[in-house]
Amino acid sequence: MTQPPSPPSIVKPRNTQRRNLIQRLGYIGLILAAIITVIPIILIVVFIYSRGLPAISIEFLTAMPRDGMRAGGIFPAIIGTLWLTVGTGAIAVPLGVGAAIYLSEYAPDNRWTRTIRIAIINLAGIPSVVYGLFGLGLFVLFLQFGTSIIAGSLTLAIMTIPVIISTSEEALRAVPNSFRVVSISVGGTRWQTIRRIVLPQALPGILTGVILGLERAAGETAPILFTVASFFLPTLPASIFDATMALPYHLFVISTQVPGMPIQIQYGTAVVLLTFVLGMNGIATVIRSRARARRQW
Amino acid sequence: MVSSKENPTHSINGNKPKIRIQDLTVRYSDGTESLRQINLNIPENAITVLFGPAGGGKSTLLRTINRLNDLADVVELSGHLYIDKQDVLSKDCDVIALRRTVGMVFARPVVLPMSIRQNLTYGLELAGIHDSSRLNQAVEDSLEAAALWEEVQDRLDEPAARLSGGQQQRLCIARALVLKPEVILLDEPTSGLDPISTGKVENSLQELKEDYTIVLVPHSVQQAARVSDYAAFMLDGRLIEYAEGKLLFTKPGDQRTEDYVEGRFG
Repeated sequence: MTQPPSPPSIVKPRNTQRRNLIQRLGYIGLILAAIITVIPIILIVVFIYSRGLPAISIEFLTAMPRDGMRAGGIFPAIIGTLWLTVGTGAIAVPLGVGAAIYLSEYAPDNRWTRTIRIAIINLAGIPSVVYGLFGLGLFVLFLQFGTSIIAGSLTLAIMTIPVIISTSEEALRAVPNSFRVVSISVGGTRWQTIRRIVLPQALPGILTGVILGLERAAGETAPILFTVASFFLPTLPASIFDATMALPYHLFVISTQVPGMPIQIQYGTAVVLLTFVLGMNGIATVIRSRARARRQW
Repeated sequence: MVSSKENPTHSINGNKPKIRIQDLTVRYSDGTESLRQINLNIPENAITVLFGPAGGGKSTLLRTINRLNDLADVVELSGHLYIDKQDVLSKDCDVIALRRTVGMVFARPVVLPMSIRQNLTYGLELAGIHDSSRLNQAVEDSLEAAALWEEVQDRLDEPAARLSGGQQQRLCIARALVLKPEVILLDEPTSGLDPISTGKVENSLQELKEDYTIVLVPHSVQQAARVSDYAAFMLDGRLIEYAEGKLLFTKPGDQRTEDYVEGRFG
């Protein structure tokens, strides 16, 4: 394109058309990218629900599995996943939120805390099967918890803590520092400031992080593989030292390990797991949008 | 009293000194805005302004008086700062009690994310006061003193963030007053306000000085001249000149003060 130099302030009509075309193509490209990323999510949900919903019944949700899991319900797996989620939360939430408060509100910016932060980031990147092996070695064998809810919850908690720490710390840091300074200046102690000003403001963000972390824990298979999950255990756990069935592992088992498995039971199990996880997601979304509407800064 | 020799002990005739600062030196780890050998007596029931170009140490001095500098990265702190008989820089000073005695108002009005009423009761509740009639009375008194009561008496339970900028800043003044302090520190309290709101704040300061010791960092030389009973000119962490406002702004004793007051440098 060789054109004679023209005065810079005058835009040639042809150039304008060209620019508009590029502009429009770029815009269409970006929209396509957005749409394409949404398609798989919609497909997964539609696919799973359309195949799995017919299998859902009161019996499916509340009965023990029968006939080598080929009939009956998945009640113990549902209860097991609930136990694991609650257990993971009971361990990971206080530790994770506590660590986040320390890092955000108390820790000085020095080599030591930088090391802690790097460790947390790396912890989040460890493959989940490695957590599973670690849990087997430490909790199941060394601490002799056996394959049990406590061993599984501890393993899932270690996996979840980095998520909770980083989202909570982010939520705490988002609270304007001027609030802290004002609270201190009217005679507040550091802890009073955290408890009465910082934590209430950060709570929606912290809750969102907690739910997203627990949701991931609820859906994971590898960490519970060696630490808690039973192949087939048609009884409910009586204590945290019992093994249990759990939805993700049950889904893995009935999809790969059991010959002659009715397909709708597989999809039905997937529907229950997906509903559980999406439901937690929905709660997190509601909390976040409510908090945003109420926020005063 | 006009003096500019190296590290003079500045004092003022007339009002009794409330705050006595002796050889105060403050240094931050990054070397910014430090104070060097400040000697200054701040009288009670008067408005004392600390003015001068940015980075001269005005805010640092203010934040040393209520130990808010504890939150900053201070690497050196020496000298004495007495409020009445108490050396607030000494180890045995009760910092929490100090901050209840010395109220502070910041440059940007920062209201806490709660209602107007809660913004005022917050500090009282931290101090262990929960009696509701006492709280209500304190809320009303402090809002009256900050010239805000008329405007907000019907909406005390609305979020404080809904107030206008000028109202928010007067709420911040009320929040400092509600703890019944003896000293009020104001760090450029009108820098974000329009002239009308600025006037309201300045007027309420004139009334407040009857009961309080007021230390103000003004946002302009004009404001310094308008409101000051006493004025301290600070430059590069040093106290250059300290005198009655009338005197200092008409007949500065130091060439640097004169140059700054007349706008030859900023």
